Amino acid sequence: MKRRSVMKYAAVAAALSLGLTACGGGSSESKGSDTVRVTLANHVWSEGIKAAIPEFEKSSGLKVELTQLGEDQLSDQYNVKLNAGSDEIDVMMYRPLQEGKAFARNGYLADLTSKVAEDAEWDWKDYQDGPVQASTYEDKVTGVPIITEREVLYYRKDLLKAAGLDVPKTMEELEAAAKKISSADTAGFVARTGKSAAVTQFSSFLYSFGGDFMDESGKSAVGTEEAKKAYAFYGGLIKNYGPKNVSTDMSWPEAMAIFTQGKAAFYTEADSLYKNATDPAKSKVADTVGFAPLPAGPAGSKPYNIPSWGLAVNEASANQDNAWKFIKWATSKERTFAAQKAGVPGPRASVWADPAGTATYPKDLAAAIAVSAENGVGHDRPQVLTVGKAREIVGGPIVASITGADAAAAADTANTAFQKFLDDEK
Amino acid sequence: MSVLTPARTSGRTVSAQENFSAWANRHRKWLFAAPAMIFVGVLIIFPLAWTLYLSLTDSQGSVRAASDFVGFENYATVLTDTERFWPAVGRTLSFTLVALGCEIILGMGIALLLWRPFRGEKWVRVAILLPLVATPVAVGMMWRLIFDPNIGFANQLLGLVGIPPQPWLSGQDSALPTTIFMDVWQWTPMVVLILLAGLTALSDEPDEAARMDGANAFQRFFYVTLPLMMPTVIAAILLRGIDALKTFDILYATKGKGGGSFHEVETLNVYAYGLSFDYNQYGLSSAVLILFFMIIIGSMWLLTMRKKAVSK
Repeated sequence: MKRRSVMKYAAVAAALSLGLTACGGGSSESKGSDTVRVTLANHVWSEGIKAAIPEFEKSSGLKVELTQLGEDQLSDQYNVKLNAGSDEIDVMMYRPLQEGKAFARNGYLADLTSKVAEDAEWDWKDYQDGPVQASTYEDKVTGVPIITEREVLYYRKDLLKAAGLDVPKTMEELEAAAKKISSADTAGFVARTGKSAAVTQFSSFLYSFGGDFMDESGKSAVGTEEAKKAYAFYGGLIKNYGPKNVSTDMSWPEAMAIFTQGKAAFYTEADSLYKNATDPAKSKVADTVGFAPLPAGPAGSKPYNIPSWGLAVNEASANQDNAWKFIKWATSKERTFAAQKAGVPGPRASVWADPAGTATYPKDLAAAIAVSAENGVGHDRPQVLTVGKAREIVGGPIVASITGADAAAAADTANTAFQKFLDDEK
Repeated sequence: MSVLTPARTSGRTVSAQENFSAWANRHRKWLFAAPAMIFVGVLIIFPLAWTLYLSLTDSQGSVRAASDFVGFENYATVLTDTERFWPAVGRTLSFTLVALGCEIILGMGIALLLWRPFRGEKWVRVAILLPLVATPVAVGMMWRLIFDPNIGFANQLLGLVGIPPQPWLSGQDSALPTTIFMDVWQWTPMVVLILLAGLTALSDEPDEAARMDGANAFQRFFYVTLPLMMPTVIAAILLRGIDALKTFDILYATKGKGGGSFHEVETLNVYAYGLSFDYNQYGLSSAVLILFFMIIIGSMWLLTMRKKAVSK
């Protein structure tokens, strides 16, 4: 009896330890599985695709397994899974400018160069230049852009009218208008303030003042006179005419909340977020919000014009052909057009050429987008491998300027640090 | 076919079975411990050893990319870093010490109040435990809304009594104290729970004897109850202290990567997370984590020694 019970326990123990290893193993699909595993960010674009997936499943006979995550969680997920060489992701939604370069260098992204050229009807040539460049690494296409964005000026028509002001066309006019409207309970101007989050929206100011993050030889340029003026101007607008007790951690949800709560007159932000301001369910100012191109600085109006998201195939995936089928469907002219109508600015030239493509947009926004697309700059952050770290460095003077510290001194410090960072990265 | 009689099918099987049985019987202590040992090996020892290995390399970008062995270079870099590392150590320690101090004192006070039976006792206990069961990230989001400098409830409340709005989480100097407050709010109930268990287990006799000798409530607490409670208090400090050192969720949920624009709530955990997930500098990040691990082991060891001394 005793012996038998020992056997029984041993069996249970063995089963348990086997169970543990089984849990760790996960399920690996065989080559060319009928299930495509797609990882998407929480975005208006993803919602549209999610609703249309049954259509794809029906026509292709494939099954789509969808994972949807917030921006930061998505990044972490990729860092862990792609680092481990996992084949659990087939199609991935990623940010070409934030992580595209690093992912491509690490070999996480499959080479799509021959695939995009295959089908004339799908038409890779229809894609705008900027987005294509941002999705290309060392002459290899590593992703297909899906969403583009430009910085535009959001403003309150009612406040401008009450103050007897026109829509500002230059940075000077913007400052004067913000100053005039600014009062105890309404800020003249609001924008992102977080050290890292503000970098992308600050970039358009930097370009419009004649600066950039790096010069043509790849050296740090955040210590130039132009950059110093831009830092002082952006930070000064928020410090002098921004909300009281302004937080220095604001990304777009916080800044957008201040604007849509009716507590600010001007707000510079990506155009792709415009629905947050025009949807009456989310915004108290839905009826009074207007859009205009970014006001011109000494170097003109130079907003960024970038692909914020793209789709790529995981290099480690054993299901790359089916993954491409999904991407081809999700980025087809029809799907891009549908997304465009739902308020997601697309990367295909054809959707902008067609008047129906902008029919659902507020008229002034469509006009502002057209202007920005023309004179836009193709990046909104330093184009380096470790973008996260670079953003923290070049974002330092923004925060310094907002808190009233010496922007020029902070820019000099950042310049030294950024040059060291660039040297280290070589 | 349907009736199996193992003894007759094959003599060899039986003997093999018996052999295994005998072997299993001889080694049963190992056999029973095996699942736990495999668990510890796979999920604790291996990751730790791997982290130690990474900390000695210049691994960055991708852990699968080629990396060079650099000896203790990462440790030298980290230990001479007065911009991020040492301030993070300072913040980790001050966060832990202040939060822990408040939690133990408040926890003891509440435990003493709940010690003697009273009407509605059950309801009060349930209410006090509510923060404990909330998810830390949800707690972080909730307080973030409450403490929002422009549209938050906290400043509106202050406005009612005429106090000007405070920056709370967005202030350079007020962010860390605010997160400490959140930690105290969430974790004091756990301390109450532990201390209450200790109090309930105390015998009434020493207290009664002191009462007979004319000791007042103050004297009875400090000279009778507290010394008797010391092992429990140290257990609570140990459990809660390690947890507080490792705090990540509420800090990340309220201030995000890097602990805010001025790194105002960047503790060692948040720093190491940023190094690996934002900067992809795995070697450096591993060195920070190994040093952090040593700090935790060190403080645990000190407390355990103290507990032993008290128990004697």
